[in-house]
Amino acid sequence: MRHITSITDLSTAEIDELIATAQDIIEQPQKYAEACSRKKLATLFYEPSTRTRLSFEAAMIELGGHVLGFSEAASSSAAKGESVADTVRTVCCYADIIAMRHPKEGAPTVASLHATVPVINAGDGGHNHPTQTLTDLLTIKMEKGRLSNLTVGLCGDLKFGRTVHSLITAMCRYPGVRFVLVSPEELKVPSYVKIPLKRDNVRYDQTTDLCSVLPELDILYMTRVQRERFFNEDDYIRLKDSYILTPEKLEYAKADLSILHPLPRVNEISVAIDQDPRACYFRQALYGKFIRMALILKLLEVTV
Amino acid sequence: MNIDSINNGIVIDHIKAGMAMKIYDFLELGALDCPVAIIKNAASPKLGKKDIIKIDSVLNVDLNALGYIDPTITINIIKDGVRVKKYHPELPEKITNIIRCKNPRCITSIEQELPHVFNLIDREKDEYRCMYCESKASL
Ligand SMILES: [Zn+2]
Repeated sequence: MRHITSITDLSTAEIDELIATAQDIIEQPQKYAEACSRKKLATLFYEPSTRTRLSFEAAMIELGGHVLGFSEAASSSAAKGESVADTVRTVCCYADIIAMRHPKEGAPTVASLHATVPVINAGDGGHNHPTQTLTDLLTIKMEKGRLSNLTVGLCGDLKFGRTVHSLITAMCRYPGVRFVLVSPEELKVPSYVKIPLKRDNVRYDQTTDLCSVLPELDILYMTRVQRERFFNEDDYIRLKDSYILTPEKLEYAKADLSILHPLPRVNEISVAIDQDPRACYFRQALYGKFIRMALILKLLEVTV
Repeated sequence: MNIDSINNGIVIDHIKAGMAMKIYDFLELGALDCPVAIIKNAASPKLGKKDIIKIDSVLNVDLNALGYIDPTITINIIKDGVRVKKYHPELPEKITNIIRCKNPRCITSIEQELPHVFNLIDREKDEYRCMYCESKASL
């Protein structure tokens, strides 16, 4: 039995295998329609994240399975002070697999220590969110046909953005990937994230200017620059517009650029771009369901 | 007890000056009935100043965990007045309930019953990380 609490729990071969399964599901969904019939997924969401929860639940339903669970701590036993360990022990009596979201870092690890069924981390605070990273990888594979030999721009809050950190960790395993890290000085990638880049001699460049690097990019991964990350309002107002993607800026970009965003978006991508074929972020949400289907199949050891 | 000699026990030597009380607390030596001597700021050719702890009793604890607090210390095991073993503590792969995770976002901050477990990530750098939130350990 396996648990997935971090993207590093998966080898590159396993990631490739999950992507291949997801692509097969996209091509012939009917083949998988009964794959998990009579199986139950418990979604234990200690904080609301409608998008992620619906994606997991839709994934299980499309595999012919069922879902149960709670969508916020207030409506769960946690509100009565029950520990994660005890909740998980109980849920294992009813469910075949668990997806857990928790505001505290490491809660899914605690769950995995006590669970008799597989546990998937569906986001633990600012720590890990492996199915988001798998979603990003499948999106890139679907849009570009490969995960190697790509110039990947990451833009916005690169300091606190966990999706950025784990995407870097996952993508630097593929050959020929170059990263372009675009952020204000205050929100640069922390040094520990760059350790694997230096170790594996992965090429990366850092800049504060999105427009100057936009023409080089195959992928542009946008993240939100949040007001609360700045010490003062002036800095925020001065900087925020530099990291907003507009149709004017996009004129500099390649015709086959793929724009990704983990969503929810606030204002960092102008809605005028949504109709542009280069905007992938809504397709990305759809891919998220397919990769979660592939992961559920793998962890339940179901072969189709 | 004569501070110079103990019959059956442990001499923890070459403790960085000022660290003796930390080790005293960590080993919970305050709870022992046997004689315990703390020598502070003793002259040391190697360290300039050092602390020493002498315990006139055989302790049933994993002294390797001391390696996390101060890897330069020397542990001497004394039997019948003779030193039978001298070693530097080796960093354990895992330390449980010795240091606490200080990350306020860690699950251990709200679940009091959880053991605080740190895994050795880098032996050269003496680096431990919380098994839950992966924060770096600090004393
Ligand atoms: Zn922790």
